[in-house]
Amino acid sequence: MTDLIDTLASIVPGSALDAARARRPAARTHAEASYQSLLLPAEPGDVSIAERFAVAAYVTGLHRAEATHPHYAAGLAQHGGTALVKAVALAVVETLAEGPKGHFPPGPLNAEDTPAPTFALSAPVAAALGKRLEAAFAHAHFLVFHPRDAAADRFRPLAEAGWTTDAIVTLSQLVSFLAFQIRVVAGLRVLAATP
Amino acid sequence: MPDTIQPRTAPNVFTRDHLDWLPWLEPLAEAELTEKHIAALVDPARAKSDYFRLLARDPDALEHRTRTDKDIFYNTDAGAPRADRELAAAAVSRFNGCIYCASVHARFASTYAKREADVDRLLAEGVGADLGERWNAIVAASVALTAIPMTFGPEHVQRLRATGMDDLAISDIIQGAAFFNWANRLMLSLGEPATKA
Repeated sequence: MTDLIDTLASIVPGSALDAARARRPAARTHAEASYQSLLLPAEPGDVSIAERFAVAAYVTGLHRAEATHPHYAAGLAQHGGTALVKAVALAVVETLAEGPKGHFPPGPLNAEDTPAPTFALSAPVAAALGKRLEAAFAHAHFLVFHPRDAAADRFRPLAEAGWTTDAIVTLSQLVSFLAFQIRVVAGLRVLAATP
Repeated sequence: MPDTIQPRTAPNVFTRDHLDWLPWLEPLAEAELTEKHIAALVDPARAKSDYFRLLARDPDALEHRTRTDKDIFYNTDAGAPRADRELAAAAVSRFNGCIYCASVHARFASTYAKREADVDRLLAEGVGADLGERWNAIVAASVALTAIPMTFGPEHVQRLRATGMDDLAISDIIQGAAFFNWANRLMLSLGEPATKA
């Protein structure tokens, strides 16, 4: 059965990569189930479906994930509306950076430190996103580009914007899962095109 | 935190030593785990782990993450040898800067490959270390998939093919490297490593 990774990677039934994916059946099944549970859960709980697709459209945009981003932009249009699609696209442009960057704990690894990309949204984009999504995007930006700059106090702005601990775990899983899905799709597309 | 916990230090170098991991958000208490939470842990013994009890706050996401992980790394039906998959995990962790993840998967890579010196060189020198052509090709592919923007291209696939890898083996490297971009971000952001008490 074709799943989202197959669709985004243009893997067709009977192809060599269809056969390779079939040899890792649980990874295939549960990558799809991860997508379903993080983007389209039956019970969205503390994170709405529109918020999930907004984060996904933002994260795939930051990755320049050409094969993956359109799916989430379309999902956001469906679940969040076109105004939000536009705001997310502008947020991507305003905060685009390169990774992985960041700092190591004090010691010899500081020789490898690189400055953290900044996250700053223009006032109209921040207003269009609202407090909750602005805080979520700031966190996603850190997770995407410089996760080694982690600190306990990074959760404070999320909490202040109304993100519960359960919702922060879901947000962290969502961004991190997308970091996986984006790379599987990109990697398998190159593999399929390289005999 | 209870004052009975011994003071510990945060590791500031990459190591193959066993490390602890301390959460920054409150994990579920063992006593509040329901059947659904236990099922999501997949291995019931993981109820002892702060990391997994924290992730259990979203049980479906945890369960599917775990089952994806296990198949990518532990499925022994052909493809890349376990050591190669673990090397991809260690290389991504070294590049992203996850000292905890790197410690675990450097241990696995060195155990399965019996190449402690090469793994230590990766940890000490970083992803530019010379580990011999096959491992260099795996590290280069893993790094190219991890960088943003991604730089993974036909040259990486051709280099892996030249070491004798088929589609399944290369897809194992791709999935292993991709998965650690998931795992690193959780481990790095939800808590911190500590030397054993």
